Amino acid sequence: MHLRIRAFALCLLLSASLGSALAKGTGYVFVSSENDNAVTVLDGKTYAVVKSIKTGERPRDMKFSADGSKLLVVASNDERIDVIDIAKLEVERSFGVGDDPEMFDFSPDGKRVYVSNEEDAKVSVIELASGKIVAEIEVGEEPEGVMLSPNGKHLYVTSEVANMVHVIDTSTNEIVTNVVVGNRPRRFAATPGGAEIWVTNELGGSVTIIDGSTHAIKGTVSFTPKGFRADDVTPVGITMTRDGKTAYVTLGRANHFAVVDVASREVKSYVLVGKRAWGATLNRDESLLFVVNGLSDDISIVDTKTNKVQRSVAVGRVPYAAVIDD
Amino acid sequence: MRFPTFGRLAVAVCAGALFALPALADTVRFAWLELVKDARYDERRTFFRTLSRAFGAPVAGAEVAMREARFVGQALNVEFKLERFDGADANDLLAHIDRLQAEGVHFFIVDAPAAVVAELGKATRGRELLLFNVSAADDALRQAQCQPHVFHTLANHAMQTDAMAQFLVSKKWRSVLLLEGPLADDKLLAAAFEASARRFGLKIVDKRGFVLSNDPRQRDQGNVGLLTAGADYDVVFVADTDGEFARSVPYRTVLPRPVIGSEGLVAEGWHWAWERHGAPQLTSRMMKQAGRHPSSPDWAAWIAVKSVVEAVVRTGNAPFDELVAYLASDEITIDGFKGNRLGFRPWDRQLRQPILIATHNAVIERAPIQGFLHQTNNMDTLGFDRRDSQCKF
Repeated sequence: MHLRIRAFALCLLLSASLGSALAKGTGYVFVSSENDNAVTVLDGKTYAVVKSIKTGERPRDMKFSADGSKLLVVASNDERIDVIDIAKLEVERSFGVGDDPEMFDFSPDGKRVYVSNEEDAKVSVIELASGKIVAEIEVGEEPEGVMLSPNGKHLYVTSEVANMVHVIDTSTNEIVTNVVVGNRPRRFAATPGGAEIWVTNELGGSVTIIDGSTHAIKGTVSFTPKGFRADDVTPVGITMTRDGKTAYVTLGRANHFAVVDVASREVKSYVLVGKRAWGATLNRDESLLFVVNGLSDDISIVDTKTNKVQRSVAVGRVPYAAVIDD
Repeated sequence: MRFPTFGRLAVAVCAGALFALPALADTVRFAWLELVKDARYDERRTFFRTLSRAFGAPVAGAEVAMREARFVGQALNVEFKLERFDGADANDLLAHIDRLQAEGVHFFIVDAPAAVVAELGKATRGRELLLFNVSAADDALRQAQCQPHVFHTLANHAMQTDAMAQFLVSKKWRSVLLLEGPLADDKLLAAAFEASARRFGLKIVDKRGFVLSNDPRQRDQGNVGLLTAGADYDVVFVADTDGEFARSVPYRTVLPRPVIGSEGLVAEGWHWAWERHGAPQLTSRMMKQAGRHPSSPDWAAWIAVKSVVEAVVRTGNAPFDELVAYLASDEITIDGFKGNRLGFRPWDRQLRQPILIATHNAVIERAPIQGFLHQTNNMDTLGFDRRDSQCKF
């Protein structure tokens, strides 16, 4: 990639992400599939496949730019992020992000991208304007979940191997504290304002709740769906309603997701979905939850009022994440 | 990673919120004990990369685990240390243990053949220390010779052969020709497979002894064609702990049948081609450390350290007795990168674990194979379940 082109692309991105209010989207559902090297685009009403967009190898985490005109996709094996133009439904630019990237998050001002590099035990910090990796932060082995606090002051990173959440000061890129959580911590969600940080523990079969200001542990939610042994309950994906009242946690091998009342920490129900449920995404009005089933190559679309699966839709091989442009 | 002072304080506060605050800068020491000359790692043999043998001395596994422990060590203000000692025999190693225990070392990782492990276990019983067996698969160490303070992280023969038997049953490849080598270890492995065959309902159509020889007078025992003729079977199980004979069996059989056991398709605790549950990253860390692909003892060494670190973390570096109680309890969750929560069997201190059924460059299946169920933990369908245990502490 020529530097000039890259810088140009990133400038575009930057201006895009600083754009004004969000336009109404296409309604498309985008699903990345690790083994297909593609992002499948589904129609938002019929869920028919509109297109399969070729990406770099092993596409995983995805996020929209702030104005919604671009979709960023991590292509893990190609060690880059592909930028998909939503209007054209094709990859328009790519930029390198370090070894074996898995997940990422934007800084609140959209100027930086923080990427977990699983192989290298690092988080790379990329300045979008220059397209340069401006910092690499050493963390515990196999970092995965990455989340910025809403004010952008703290970066939270899980280390699957060290069983901890690193809290990093984004002004110095230094670790300020390490919080020991459950076994094999994976991904994050936060209550409004980042008051509580929820982190899934895949092997621990639980969610650890961290106080967003003191970084002390406030509680744990354990999952015990009926008919499953503890060993088969492996929470990975998590998302929360905007009001911070309800959390949805996917339970991996248990093939269910849990609906959790955030205030009481109580699991309200367990809902059967596909095999190895990981990714979880709500649509804009939060009427639908999309659960990505990695080992049955499909997504389950759930009505959040009734918590019933409306339908399941076949997508690519080993789907990883779903995002909705609505 | 540098920590500003306030950072350290925050770490301590954080850790303190979860667990009892440990005393400042505690050190948890691991002593690695090995033989000066261990024939199992003789490079003239390991270069074959015999599937069922160690690819090299496994200390690299423990070193990888030490590195993985650095952040958690910082968070708890505990320093983990690994030191390496060798000796000519069990007596030498025992002298190291005596000296190191007096210095306060509790955790010894023993990389030695079964006879040495058994001797060390017997000699140190009742003392405030633990031995981790990371490279001896012998069943007897978990049965008659078991010790309450000897923890086994390497899968034993019975676990391996049970996993293989489950695989054969799942494929409906039920009749087996068993080839048994002349070494005492070969007989142990063959006996383990025979027990697994009984347990899972396989039929051993014939058991034939082989020798590694070109002597024309022993032709019927040295020639694979002759050894595999005159019977019908679905697979050939070769019990060859040395490995040199086994590697010449595939494609030399009279019938076109898969070769399993010590070559061809093996049942191992770790395989570099395993690609789920974070395995590729672990394998790549081990390759960097060892300069070769990892094999089962590397994994066993790695998880021995990880088990202790996990117990230190979850108990806030509790006193020895408390820590060992936690380590041995069902409460512990050890992450072996094989998808299951691992822990030690209370009846013989063997680490429960899935077994990988693999060829030289691919993992074909993971046992316990779907459908093999157990009333409490499906991993206890592999090896000595409580009712099979002859271990009395």
